[in-house]
Amino acid sequence: MSQELTRPLPRTWWLKKASYFLFMIRELTSLAVFAYALLLILALWTAGADASFSTFYTFLNSPVSVWLHVVVLALALFHTGTWIALTPKVMVLWRDDERVEPDLIAGVTAILFLMVTGGVLWLTLA
Amino acid sequence: MSDQTVLEVHRYLPDEDAEPRFQSYEVTYKEKWVVLDAMNHIKAEIDPTLSFRWSCRMGICGSCGMMVNGEPKLTCETFIRDYHPDTIKVEPLTHFPVVRDLVINMEDFMEKLPSVSPWLIPAEDEPLEDGEHQQTPAQVAQYQRFSMCINCMLCYSACPVYGLDSTFTGPAALALAQRYNLDSRDDGHGHRAGVVTAHEGIWECTYVGECTQVCPKGVDPAGAIQMLKLSYALDWAKSLVMPRGGRT
Repeated sequence: MSQELTRPLPRTWWLKKASYFLFMIRELTSLAVFAYALLLILALWTAGADASFSTFYTFLNSPVSVWLHVVVLALALFHTGTWIALTPKVMVLWRDDERVEPDLIAGVTAILFLMVTGGVLWLTLA
Repeated sequence: MSDQTVLEVHRYLPDEDAEPRFQSYEVTYKEKWVVLDAMNHIKAEIDPTLSFRWSCRMGICGSCGMMVNGEPKLTCETFIRDYHPDTIKVEPLTHFPVVRDLVINMEDFMEKLPSVSPWLIPAEDEPLEDGEHQQTPAQVAQYQRFSMCINCMLCYSACPVYGLDSTFTGPAALALAQRYNLDSRDDGHGHRAGVVTAHEGIWECTYVGECTQVCPKGVDPAGAIQMLKLSYALDWAKSLVMPRGGRT
């Protein structure tokens, strides 16, 4: 019998196409969220002791920490964007025989996200 | 502008070649030609040993899927003018074993397709005398976009999950499962759960989304799989809240 040719996917497959690369970035954003969750746990851990919280607070105000926050925020926003884009694919709504426009569902989801984010900001900064 | 088009075509003759190679063919540029026209010209006039699949030439049969400059395409609707004057690289669909030249082995796909029970499974068998099962336009609209699949396998070729793990049931088969789950005449949602929610089923999908991008019929398999995830996750949640299925 003739030999069939198999072509395994190279490890660098995700570098071959922009959409594959963006997918990989989206998956890696979970690491940033995980790291930030650890940071919050550390904040709670040190909250009980004045000295250690003071050290932690000093670290939070450092330029490295500010830049880390900016990067994590950017990655979290990117991930949020992909979820908002996904919403109309999962939530298919119908108005009689007509499908509700996917952009409308994504738009409403984005507005809800902004409202909730604004509410949380208002509660924490007020 | 050059009046010639160069096609670099993947060649693999298993009885002669240990490794695949590329062979260049030069054909006269014709604005109205699709890639498949050029391939047929090469086979008829230049090199009769070249092998590839095709049938209808009008985007219906799904036979002529190939990689054109790295993208999975139906070659019968991929115009040469969109690439001219660049060289066009033609390869067999990725992620499938190659039998010869551009011909892939589609056995795996042909086994997966019926595994999702892609047929109507009614709650009760109704006698033929009762007549046809009528549906309203709204009921048809629920599943129609998922019923347009022509089994061209471009979505499998675009899916890196299938490329990394060929046990994945894959986009077209899962979209077909959702097509029947959404049909008002069907009651096979539970019957399909075994295959659809297996490890190789919907949970293997990481939503790269390329299956939807390359689909020539706008089926949106990625959307179908996400709908399946939500639907079966809700079933699971309901089974936790109501272990007896809500019945007393």
